[in-house]
Amino acid sequence: MSGAESEGILETPWSGGASPYSVSSIKFGMWLFIMSDTLTFSALLISYAYVRMSTPDWPRPFEIWPAIAKSSLMTLVLLSSSLTMVLGVAAARRGDVKKTVRFLIATILCGIAFVVIHATEWVTLIGEGATPWTNPWNPSVPLFGGAFFGLTGLHMLHVTIGVGYLAVICWGFSKGKWTAEHVEVSGLYWHFVDLVWMFIFPMLYLLSVNPK
Amino acid sequence: MHANSDHSEGSTKLFFMVWGWLLLLTALEIFLAYERVEVHLMITILVGLSLIKSALIMAYFMHLKFERLGLVLTIIPATVFCICMMLLVFFPDSLRLTHLPQY
Repeated sequence: MSGAESEGILETPWSGGASPYSVSSIKFGMWLFIMSDTLTFSALLISYAYVRMSTPDWPRPFEIWPAIAKSSLMTLVLLSSSLTMVLGVAAARRGDVKKTVRFLIATILCGIAFVVIHATEWVTLIGEGATPWTNPWNPSVPLFGGAFFGLTGLHMLHVTIGVGYLAVICWGFSKGKWTAEHVEVSGLYWHFVDLVWMFIFPMLYLLSVNPK
Repeated sequence: MHANSDHSEGSTKLFFMVWGWLLLLTALEIFLAYERVEVHLMITILVGLSLIKSALIMAYFMHLKFERLGLVLTIIPATVFCICMMLLVFFPDSLRLTHLPQY
């Protein structure tokens, strides 16, 4: 990794000459970003949990069809994209450019599918009269729209950015511009977006299934 | 590149297994929602399952299991501590409202 190490000038971690985590700086940088983004999403999810717990008549509008079925399909798509991503990273490590590109394109397509299905889900809800400020199910709880569109919207933004990020990495890796390390770091971001959905899906959708 | 070459990195079979487990746990969550399990029990189970799922993703997909322990100890405890602090500040107050007599 560092020139100093390959030249045999190994110093102690405290003097800055060695790499105490034995990861590259881009990977460590991505981990730091993921830590900060974790706190952003935690803050949002915890505020949502707060307003929801302190509001006894919080609306629970989602029917099994279409909302839960669609969001379950989105979960399946996102989990599968994580699988193709991890296989892409493994292929990149082996130096198999063709397979890496193929897996990355599969991941990107899954990401696009996720955004498209989510968008149709949003359109349905907006058609029923839901906005970030109001909702048709219980107008006395306007926070429902804010929590729902805020959380899912920020997550959707992450997926959209991720699709662009992966496209750039895919192009750069196929041109030999970037290394397997870059593919792996973009994978970290992608898996993180998947991980966040593992909380948003149960907390926003599954806990808001219409009790009737 | 880095010291990863001297230990296992996970195989295709392992990744498929983790994916299968994630799907299975998700299916269990959806089943609970379909059965309309009582909401407090539901929250407990869902949060528990989500934590297991995120641990699986971090350990295998995000390779944390194959990184040095020092990296894991730098990233995870600090983040968990901050989240616990947020919970500590917010939750007692949210429960105070629902414990008022009119509810």
